[in-house]
Amino acid sequence: MTDRRTPLARARGLGSAKEGVHHWWMQRLTAIALIPLVVWFAVSLVMLSGADYQVVRAWIGSPLVMVMLILVIGVGLHHGQLGMQVVWEDYTEGAFRVAMIVLTKFLAVLFGLGAIVAILRIGFGG
Amino acid sequence: MSVANRPVHRPLSPHLQIYRPQLTSVLSILHRATGIALAVGALYLALWVMCAMSPRAYSTFQSFNTSLLGRFVLGGWLFSGFYHLCNGIRHLFWDAGYGFELKDAYRSGWIVVGVSLVATAVSWIVGLRLI
Repeated sequence: MTDRRTPLARARGLGSAKEGVHHWWMQRLTAIALIPLVVWFAVSLVMLSGADYQVVRAWIGSPLVMVMLILVIGVGLHHGQLGMQVVWEDYTEGAFRVAMIVLTKFLAVLFGLGAIVAILRIGFGG
Repeated sequence: MSVANRPVHRPLSPHLQIYRPQLTSVLSILHRATGIALAVGALYLALWVMCAMSPRAYSTFQSFNTSLLGRFVLGGWLFSGFYHLCNGIRHLFWDAGYGFELKDAYRSGWIVVGVSLVATAVSWIVGLRLI
């Protein structure tokens, strides 16, 4: 079949959807945010190791920890799904690639929301 | 067939198996591998918080964490976290345009290896109250 488009038009059609920079920038922005968040979380985990259920629950429910933990999980999952998208794009093709990217994003939102609801529930009781 | 649609057989650049492993390439691969591990770990972390809603769920969750396999997996995640964090900072410096000289890339690479191993060991020792 003859392609009647000019090479420029063809390149445009296959090219950027103007979102590449956004993906790149969000990956960097979440990376920078995760530096203090991950350090805080690592220190907290070491302090908490060996703690029993009541101590862990009380820790999750304290206001500062609620904020930090929601940030760690939310920003972490966002950064993770951006990275996994690139991994699928690099190593898989076609329908399987699309399916895996969709699954990755759905899982990130599902687990993120689940964790946030759990944290709020523990913090506010009930 | 138009020129644009003719299949092109461009030369492919030699890939992984042809190169001798070197620090820079190994660390690059490790960055992606630990990233994948941490993406799964982030889901596990979310699951941990959800399990904390009920004592029963939490004790089931903890019985895996304290098992030998659980310790192994958590230890792997701990190292992955420190490594990906340190090497990620190295990447951010590259994004800002610093550290591209071969000498600098190797030095920062070894620093990342050292810091992540030490941080993992220290967390493990302090976490298990060995000191």
